[in-house]
Amino acid sequence: MQLTEIIRNVRLGIKDLMIHGLRSLLTMLGMVFGVGSVVAMLSVGEGAGKEALEQIQKLGSNNIIIDSVKPVEQASSSKGRFALDLYGLRYKDFERMVQAIADIKSAVPVKITREKAYYADNVLEVRVVGSTPDWFQLVDHNVLSGRVFQASDMSNRANVVVVTENVARKLLTFSGEQRSNIRIGSNFFEVVGIISSGDAKDGDGGVQTPDSPLDVYIPINVMRERFGDIAVRKVSGATIREKVELQQVIVQVNAKEQVESSALAIETMLANFHDKKDYTMRVPLALLRQAEATKRTFNIVLGSIAGISLLVGGIGIMNIMLATVTERTREIGIRRAIGARRGQIILQFLIETVLLSMFGGIIGIFLGLLIPFLITYFADLETIVTWYSIVFSFGISLTVGVIFGLYPAVRAANLNPIEALRHE
Amino acid sequence: MSKNPIIRLENATKTHTLGSEEVHALDGINFTMEQGSFWAIMGPSGSGKSTTLNILGCLDHLTSGKYFLKEEDISQLNDDELSEIRLSHLGFIFQSFNLIPQLTVQENIELPLYYLNWQPNAYAKRARDLADLVGLADRLNHRPNELSGGQRQRVAIARSLANDPYIILADEPTGNLDSANGEQILQLIIDLNKNGKTIAMVTHDPDIAAHASHQLHIRDGKIDRIECRESKGE
Ligand SMILES: Nc1ncnc2c1ncn2[C@@H]1O[C@H](COP(=O)(O)OP(=O)(O)O)[C@@H](O)[C@H]1O
Ligand SMILES: [Mg+2]
Repeated sequence: MQLTEIIRNVRLGIKDLMIHGLRSLLTMLGMVFGVGSVVAMLSVGEGAGKEALEQIQKLGSNNIIIDSVKPVEQASSSKGRFALDLYGLRYKDFERMVQAIADIKSAVPVKITREKAYYADNVLEVRVVGSTPDWFQLVDHNVLSGRVFQASDMSNRANVVVVTENVARKLLTFSGEQRSNIRIGSNFFEVVGIISSGDAKDGDGGVQTPDSPLDVYIPINVMRERFGDIAVRKVSGATIREKVELQQVIVQVNAKEQVESSALAIETMLANFHDKKDYTMRVPLALLRQAEATKRTFNIVLGSIAGISLLVGGIGIMNIMLATVTERTREIGIRRAIGARRGQIILQFLIETVLLSMFGGIIGIFLGLLIPFLITYFADLETIVTWYSIVFSFGISLTVGVIFGLYPAVRAANLNPIEALRHE
Repeated sequence: MSKNPIIRLENATKTHTLGSEEVHALDGINFTMEQGSFWAIMGPSGSGKSTTLNILGCLDHLTSGKYFLKEEDISQLNDDELSEIRLSHLGFIFQSFNLIPQLTVQENIELPLYYLNWQPNAYAKRARDLADLVGLADRLNHRPNELSGGQRQRVAIARSLANDPYIILADEPTGNLDSANGEQILQLIIDLNKNGKTIAMVTHDPDIAAHASHQLHIRDGKIDRIECRESKGE
């Protein structure tokens, strides 16, 4: 088989398909929608999974995050105006964890409160996060300017603060320069560094990252001294006073394999010392696996639906090619009489089918690019068209062409030339 | 006439089996066609003329017997090998022209040369020369349905000549034409023969057969008689 022969058959095939332009177009439609739906569906699946996966990955696959939560039973238990709700993780819990669990590589206690921050004439409600310097190792970020606080800051009980880029822009109204003193609540802090902001779409996709764009970070011992453990909140008119020692503990283990056992050990330990379940544990690795499994299922379901439409497209093409072969029986007889070998007849009709499915596939790819664009535009769903979905569906359309073209082509080639010449 | 044999059939038999019934389309045929001869194959309908021509044209296998093409026994060749012989050494003219409707005159004439893997400029030139030979040089870009019956048969003749065959096999080439056009086509075939082409032509018409050098009369799959007109040729 020579290249010139293939080229000649391609030209012949295009010509024959053009003679029945409308019919060829209608035949291609099955392929167009099949391939279009593969590309579009995969792009929706990809887009839906991406955000969740990214956020989970940001949490760190070796990390375990334990948050204090108000136990459900206690919600109505606060009596009187000055009742104090006491719950959540304790300083002692943190110490016990670090001592008892061998696989822990590092762990940080986190105190969180909301305060107003002041600089010049600017006021901004920020989230004050108190932790140790290790926090900056456990939570993904970039230092944009200056430094993060250090062990020495903690031992000096220095009033230093690290702010996010977002806070720097809004509060300091410029970025890139620290060395300013800002007031948080009633205390002055020196800005020593600016780090990149956490994800703005906090909590989207069911996963909350440990950082937020409105964060300012101070040493935890300073925080405890300046802000205490008691928070006062106003909820629908009533004043609620809560005492929570630690809002969060982030633990990092040495290796992925230790995540699950460590999480279990922490869980068991906390259960021993807490009467009520006033904490929750998040294991990013487990979430990651779950999200990946969901995404896989999603892709399989979508892929199967799209696969069925490709199959239908292929059958449509085969149907038309069988009709074409019958219609062109005489031509096949002529070619065979002139001296075309069976293989050459097969090639001719196979190429015609492949052209049909390939053109259908190409148009389908454009459709598959257009649909996600429209989905994103009108439904505001994130879609990602991956190059492999395009390659994949193009490959599929070729394969469908070959598979469904083979039978009509072989049938054409096996016609008896004498009978074919006598046809109609 | 040169004594160079092109085709020899030895005890050629073709039997069609329909269920339990056997139809002997050819029943022990022997003859030799020499180069440059012009054979008219005659006989009543159903006598086996077309079968003979199909066998000669390598479109059909013998049930038994031998077929020598240029002294080479080709009765045992497979489908691809027979295709190769048709492609390289045989030319066909049919009663119903058998041009490919979606191809132009030029492309129809070129068709055998595609399969022979000629270079495009070579086959284009050859097609033009052949169209010129049959008087259709100005119709190269027409499609068959834009031509008259006589013109279509000329295209078919040009196509049959493209591979410069040993022999041209024609099954009632004037059968679908009016007498004037039939006359012209016959004259074209006679001219080809005068220029040395070997011809085997099925016909009913004794007037047409009268131009041939040999008349092969078939009846019930057997040779009734062979008439040889010695005055034909040199
Ligand atoms: N494919 C076939 N199956 C069965 N019988 C056939 C077939 N082809 C030809 N015949 C029979 O062989 C005989 C010769 O046919 P044919 O060569 O076509 O005759 P002619 O061309 O002289 O009219 C006829 O009796 C015909 O019915
Ligand atoms: Mg006949």
